[in-house]
Amino acid sequence: MTTAVSATPRTSRPPRLSTTGPRRRAAAAVAYLVLALVAIAFLLPFGWLFLASVSDQASLKADVPHQLTLRNFADVLTGDNLHALANSLVLSLGAAVLTLVLAAPAAYPLSRYTRRFGRPILLGLLFATGLPITAILVPVYGLFVQLELLDSIPATTLFLTATGLPMAIWMMKNFMDEVPIALEEAAWVDGASGFRALLRIVLPLMLPGTTVVFTFTFALTWGNFFVPFILLVDPAKQPASVAIYQYFGLHGTASYGLLAAFSILYSLPVVVLYTLVQRVLGNAFALSGGVKG
Amino acid sequence: MVAVDLPESTRPAARRSPAARGRRAAGRILPLVPAFALIALFFLGPILWCVYASFTDVALTGATASTPHLIGLRNYRRMFADPAFGQSLWLTVVFVVGSAVIGQNVGGMALALLMKSRHRIARAVVGAIVVGAWVMPELVAGFVWYAFLADDGTLNAILRAVGLHGKSWLYVMPLLSVIIANVWRGTAFSMLVYSAALSNVPEDLLEAAAVDGASAYRRLRHITLPLMRRAVMTNLMTITLQTLAVFTLIFVMTGGGPGTKTQTLPIYMYQSAFKFYQLGYGAALAIVLLAVGGVFSVIYLRMMREEI
Repeated sequence: MTTAVSATPRTSRPPRLSTTGPRRRAAAAVAYLVLALVAIAFLLPFGWLFLASVSDQASLKADVPHQLTLRNFADVLTGDNLHALANSLVLSLGAAVLTLVLAAPAAYPLSRYTRRFGRPILLGLLFATGLPITAILVPVYGLFVQLELLDSIPATTLFLTATGLPMAIWMMKNFMDEVPIALEEAAWVDGASGFRALLRIVLPLMLPGTTVVFTFTFALTWGNFFVPFILLVDPAKQPASVAIYQYFGLHGTASYGLLAAFSILYSLPVVVLYTLVQRVLGNAFALSGGVKG
Repeated sequence: MVAVDLPESTRPAARRSPAARGRRAAGRILPLVPAFALIALFFLGPILWCVYASFTDVALTGATASTPHLIGLRNYRRMFADPAFGQSLWLTVVFVVGSAVIGQNVGGMALALLMKSRHRIARAVVGAIVVGAWVMPELVAGFVWYAFLADDGTLNAILRAVGLHGKSWLYVMPLLSVIIANVWRGTAFSMLVYSAALSNVPEDLLEAAAVDGASAYRRLRHITLPLMRRAVMTNLMTITLQTLAVFTLIFVMTGGGPGTKTQTLPIYMYQSAFKFYQLGYGAALAIVLLAVGGVFSVIYLRMMREEI
């Protein structure tokens, strides 16, 4: 974007100093070469995933398949695996919706009222975003055992929501800050409550931000393996991430084609979701991860 | 909270009855309650329980499972005498420095610089491939790299094709393998952060320096990098915290092995708590992991301070 903008006036200027011309072109050629090599290096590990998924005799090697087939995809979409994907959807959708419902009202006073009021809370939230969730899983397991919450999808959803909330509130608050307060003040004068102003004015105006928080939570939950791996023991309740891992251990070398096909099907929703959000909102998704360089 | 708002009451608009002020404070606090109740229950509570558990012999099975005893600092004393702990701490440091501080950070910066002012299509293609590795679920990234580095995997097939001998990468150099896999997976984040920061570096400044005869290296060293200092610091903190907690990638690729050669702190904690059923010892390890994360988090806070 920025290059396109700055390139327009540049063309109307007199040509650059002659010494930089050829050197600049050589540097550009080297840059393209390096970028091509990087792209190939990043693509190579993917090779196996795509080739094995359409191969009838897949191994660990990225081999050109003897015969192209979509049977792996058909075979892997069995009842159990579909059930696992449905569990993933319930967990991710549940966590994402719950996060929005809880984070939006929490972010509102933090964005709108005095810095004195919100600052310590925001500092605490930001501190919490840095803590490794991995470490919290040991005590959470203990808690779940004592409260008999193991194998409970709702409880696991609540835990996943809780761990994502600090970041979600922080992101929501930043997006809310961009919405001018004047519009709500008009609504207040008309007698609308703070809650109505939030629901009718602020949230619709920050729809891109809300979408980012939703997608962010959904994708993180969908991709999470460790939390459901520990908290959901019953195979009937496990999401796709855990199911694929178990599948890998059970069937091992015999079914690399199925493993690859399952992995692709499992990755597809987050890749599609990311691409859509990226298309509509630009890089906001990536940069909302707490870093406002 | 009324006390906090006191100075405002000197303003005419805020001169209201105590009841009204109470309602106003409630209006500010109430919306926060549900979210913070959940955080307290499933985030803060477990951390406090973890501190307690680390001073007990609580286990998953056996007699101490139902009636744990307070054993003081024994878990911690055992931890600091445990060579496996020292090793896992060291492996964590190497993993974080190698894959985040060096790999993702330098790689992301290099990619951002290389992609700046390149053709739109080249940026889009390379960007999509690098970001693709990042968007993939961590579990799939683990499978993909397991297959790539396996004995009969893609890398060895390529090496054989050019007449070289392959190796059992995951056995011969397991730590380097997981580091490279994590660089592959995480570089996109740094690249996106640095690309955004680079676009904020004023073009005139660089052009003026170029006209004055400053080499590309000097422009980078004395203009671009100093202007990006803040982005670099925050990014370093973020990726350090993310990498510290990496579990799935290593778990899938090596399971912490061979032996204990890739047993970073999260893996060692998992093994102690869930494989050897020593929840108390696992809790002590979790506290160390939390403490390390907490220290980095405080540094991160200090840098973000002006933004709040």
